[in-house]
Amino acid sequence: MSYAFREAIAATRRAPVLTGLSAAMVGLALYVVSLFALVAYNMQIALTSVEERVELVVYLRDDGDPVDLELAREELASMPEVDGVQFISKDDALEKAQAELPEFGDLFTDLDANPLPASLEISLHPGSRTPNAVGRVAERAASYPVAEDVRFGREWLDKLYLLRRMGAAATSVLGLAFALAAALIIGTAVRLAVFARRDEIYIMRLVGARDGFIRRPFLIEGALTGLLGGVAAAGLAYVTFRAVTELLFELAWLPTEWVTGGLVAGMIFGLLASGAAVRRYLREV
Amino acid sequence: MIKLTNVTKEYKAGTPAVAGLSFHIRKGEFAFLTGHSGSGKSTTMRLIHLGERPTSGEVRISGYSSERTPARDVWKVRRRVGHVFQDFRLLPGRTARENVAFALEVTGAPRSEIVPRTQRLLSQVGLASKGGSAVDALSGGERQRVAIARALANDPVVLLADEPTGNLDERATRGVLDLFWDINARGTAVLVATHDLELVRSYPHVRLLELDQGRLVYDSAADTNGR
Repeated sequence: MSYAFREAIAATRRAPVLTGLSAAMVGLALYVVSLFALVAYNMQIALTSVEERVELVVYLRDDGDPVDLELAREELASMPEVDGVQFISKDDALEKAQAELPEFGDLFTDLDANPLPASLEISLHPGSRTPNAVGRVAERAASYPVAEDVRFGREWLDKLYLLRRMGAAATSVLGLAFALAAALIIGTAVRLAVFARRDEIYIMRLVGARDGFIRRPFLIEGALTGLLGGVAAAGLAYVTFRAVTELLFELAWLPTEWVTGGLVAGMIFGLLASGAAVRRYLREV
Repeated sequence: MIKLTNVTKEYKAGTPAVAGLSFHIRKGEFAFLTGHSGSGKSTTMRLIHLGERPTSGEVRISGYSSERTPARDVWKVRRRVGHVFQDFRLLPGRTARENVAFALEVTGAPRSEIVPRTQRLLSQVGLASKGGSAVDALSGGERQRVAIARALANDPVVLLADEPTGNLDERATRGVLDLFWDINARGTAVLVATHDLELVRSYPHVRLLELDQGRLVYDSAADTNGR
């Protein structure tokens, strides 16, 4: 094992309380970030599931030409925003209404003629559920002679989209603020650990150690502290997730890449903070 | 070896810590640098190992000039200079052996070389049996011996000792001075900064440089009449 690794591990053993406190500070800072990530991720899932219900319904004229209908169906299906087009006949519509609205059962059965129109139900690709994209498809659908009316809940869609944008902005701003606060706490924790060993840096410089040689064990130690804190934060966040899921409501756990990203970020923060602190003391000797 | 030419160091403009300092320590020479507290001894020592740069003038040490040695190359100077301090400056929580080996590890010396050399150095300072002891458990005199062994690790051409006996009793002081003589006899120049005039007087044949308010007021090498 190289001197730098040996020394980094030995240093944590020589001052277990200081290392533990630094890792705990880093862990708590990253725990707050993890909780925020957990909330943001579950909000994203909730919004996506609501968005999946965005679709257009094109109500068709009873006297529409079947050739025009087929043309409209094909052209709409070929639009880049459109995921699929399903034809609902008048009979299908009645059957669906009877199934979905059983309280009006008698009303539907007493009818002489089926008053419900046939329709085209258009589902959209995940990236095309914005008001603009839906508007484009609706405009195109309304232009066909077979189309009687096009419905997609414009107001509801506008509100959903506004909510999504607010969510994205809040996530970015708060995420950045939490990350900055975590970076500051990690920086302070690691700097305290380096400060406690400033005499060591002084002695190393005096006996002729090169800057890189002095820096390496501290960088490794900083990265280890960050990793240790990251693991502790992930563990705490998982315990919180389990508790909320079992006691309050169901949540989704963070994707593996998010957790890995958090651990790597903790390591990098630790490494950078340590590097900056050592740099300061190197300049002093 | 060590040459200071008209060296001035000002931490605050107009109040020099040392002023117009010029002297030359030759290879294998032994000298005392003396003066009251605040006379500029420690500043001079720091200037010699390039821990400080002169405000004006030049420090030359073993071929390196304060004017032409960039900060990134100071380590080269430090490896040719051994340092001993009043407060020992040992790494706490480590053994005597680890403290000495540390000075070799920083140079990238192989492990196979570090172990026997560390043991030899500890033997040289009379601590062969204390290598495994934590430095915190050693007496003041023993700690200073560990510091001396560490200072010798890289075969320095000069040993700088800043108040090395300041924390030691009389017996330990004699022991440390005897060690310096032994080191000097092997060809290493030794410069000892001390305010202890009793100690200096007990070595009347040794060159004496005396500072007062940052100026060199006496150099026995230039005084043909003696002290």
